[in-house]
Amino acid sequence: MASERNHEIEGLLRESAPRALAAVARRFGDFADAEDAVQEATIDAARQWPVQGLPENPTGWLVHVASRRMTDRIRSEAARREREAAVAAKEPAMPAAAAEAGAADETLLLMFMCCHPALSPASAIALTLRAVAGLATAEIAAAFLVPERTMAQRISRAKKTIKESGEPFAMPAAPERGERLRSVLRVIYLTFNEGYAVSAGAELARADLAAEAIRLGRIVQLAASTEPEVGGLLALMLLTEARRPARTDAGGELVPLDEQDRSLWARELIDEGMTVLDAALARGAVGEYQLQAAIAAEHAKASRPQETNWGEILGLYALLERVTGNRMVALNRAIAAAMVDGPRAGLALLDELDEGLAGHHRLHSTRAHLLEDAGERAAAAAEYERAAELTRSIPERNYLTRRAARLNRG
Amino acid sequence: MKFMLLQAYGGVPEGTPPMTRWTPDEVDAHITYQKDLNAELTERGEFVDARGLSGPELAKFVVWDESGSPVVTDGPFPESKELLAGYRIIDVESVERAIEVAAQGSAAPGPGGEPIKQVIEVREVMGPPITH
Repeated sequence: MASERNHEIEGLLRESAPRALAAVARRFGDFADAEDAVQEATIDAARQWPVQGLPENPTGWLVHVASRRMTDRIRSEAARREREAAVAAKEPAMPAAAAEAGAADETLLLMFMCCHPALSPASAIALTLRAVAGLATAEIAAAFLVPERTMAQRISRAKKTIKESGEPFAMPAAPERGERLRSVLRVIYLTFNEGYAVSAGAELARADLAAEAIRLGRIVQLAASTEPEVGGLLALMLLTEARRPARTDAGGELVPLDEQDRSLWARELIDEGMTVLDAALARGAVGEYQLQAAIAAEHAKASRPQETNWGEILGLYALLERVTGNRMVALNRAIAAAMVDGPRAGLALLDELDEGLAGHHRLHSTRAHLLEDAGERAAAAAEYERAAELTRSIPERNYLTRRAARLNRG
Repeated sequence: MKFMLLQAYGGVPEGTPPMTRWTPDEVDAHITYQKDLNAELTERGEFVDARGLSGPELAKFVVWDESGSPVVTDGPFPESKELLAGYRIIDVESVERAIEVAAQGSAAPGPGGEPIKQVIEVREVMGPPITH
C-alpha cells in the first residue's frame, strides 16, 4: 500500500514540478534559482505528502513552497533588497484561466531555457531531463552511466551558465523563437538516440531515455502544435521506437531492418506516428524530421521487406539530402539507389562520397553491403573489416565482424 | 563520449626513479595532484571513475588448461613496465577535451616537482550504436 502511495506521489511530482518551475521562474524572473527552489520543494513534498495527504492542487502547493523559499533567499541577500520590493509589488498569482492558457507556453519557455545555445548538448539534455521531464539527478546519472555527483555538477554548471547569460525568463521574439525551437528538437532527438540504442546489461536502462524523449516530444507538441517539425520529430520517434522489439535479438545483437521479424513491430506506435506525421505534412512546411519520419513510415507500411517502396524512399532521401546537406544522408540514398537500380548504382554514388567521409565506419559498412550484393565477396569482406575497426559501438562491431567472418571463412 | 585514460608502469622518461625512491613530499605532491585532478573533473561534470591497480608483484597471468586446473603464472615479471598501473574514465564532449585531460595527467609532478611526462594512452570506450 505504502509503495503504491509513494508511486502515485512520484508520478504526481513528475507532472507538477515542471509546471511549478515554469510558474516560479516566470514570477521571479530567475530560472536557475527557481529550479533550485522547486527541487527543494519537491523534496519537502515527498516527505510531507505521504503523512499529511495529497494537497488538492499539487502544482499550487509546490509553487507556494518554492516561492516562499525564493523570497527567503532574496531576503537573506541584503544586496538584493531592491528586487524583493519589485517582487512584492507584483501580483501574487495569475487568474486561473490565464494560468491555464499560459501553461503550454510556459513549458515551452522552460524547454527554451534548458536548451540554451550556450550549453553543450550533454548539459542541455541533463537539464531538460531534470527540469522538464522531472527526473531525479540519480536517475539521469544512471541513464548516462556516470556517478550522481558528476551529473549533479553537470546540471549545476548548466544552470550557472544560463544565469550568467542574463537571459530573462520570457518568450523570445519570432526569429529567435524558431531558432530555439530547433535546438529544443535537436536536444530531444539526441536524448532519443541515446535511449534508442538498446544493448545488454547495464545499458538496458537507457531504453527509458527513449521513452522520456517521446514524452518530451509530446509536451512540446502540446505547446507548439502548429510547428510541423515538432510533429515530424514526434512521428519519427514513434515510428523508430515501434521497431525496437525487433531490432535486437535475445542476445542483444543487432538485427538489420531487412531481417527483422516485422510482426514484432509495435502497431499502436506506428498508427500514432502515421497520424501525427500526416497532420504535420498537411501544414505544408516540410523539414528534416518530417522527411525522416516519412522514410520510417514507408518502412512501416511494408509488412515484408520485398514490399518496400524503395522508389519513394529514394526520392525522400534526395529531398532530405538537399534540406540538410548531410553526407550521412547520402549514404542512405546510395542504399536506396541500390535497391532501385542495383548495387552498382549505389556503389557509384558511394565513390563520390569517399573524400568527405573517408575513415567513417558507415561509409565502409555501406560499401561492404553493396559489394556483397554485387557478388564481390573478397572486397566486401575487406570493407566489413575496415568498418569493424572504425566503429564505436560494440553491437555494431559484433555484427560487422560476423559479416566479415561469414565471407572470409563461411 | 567516454574515454579511458590508461597509464602503464613504463612510459616515463629514461632514468626516472620508481616512486618509492622519491622524497615523501614528492610522493605527497604527486598523489595530491591526482586527487585534485579527479575533483576538478567531478566539478566539471566529467568524472566517471579512476582506479589504481595493485602492483605487478600481485599480478597473475592465467591460461586455461585442458586438465581442468588453469596454469597460473605469478609475478614478479621482467616486463612489468608494460603492465597497467591505473586508469581514469571520463565523459567529455570531444576527443580534444580527452587529450587535454590526459595531458593534465601526464603533467603530474615527479621528482623535484617537475612534470613526470608519463605517456597516457587515450582510448574511446565503445557504446551502443548511435545510428538506426
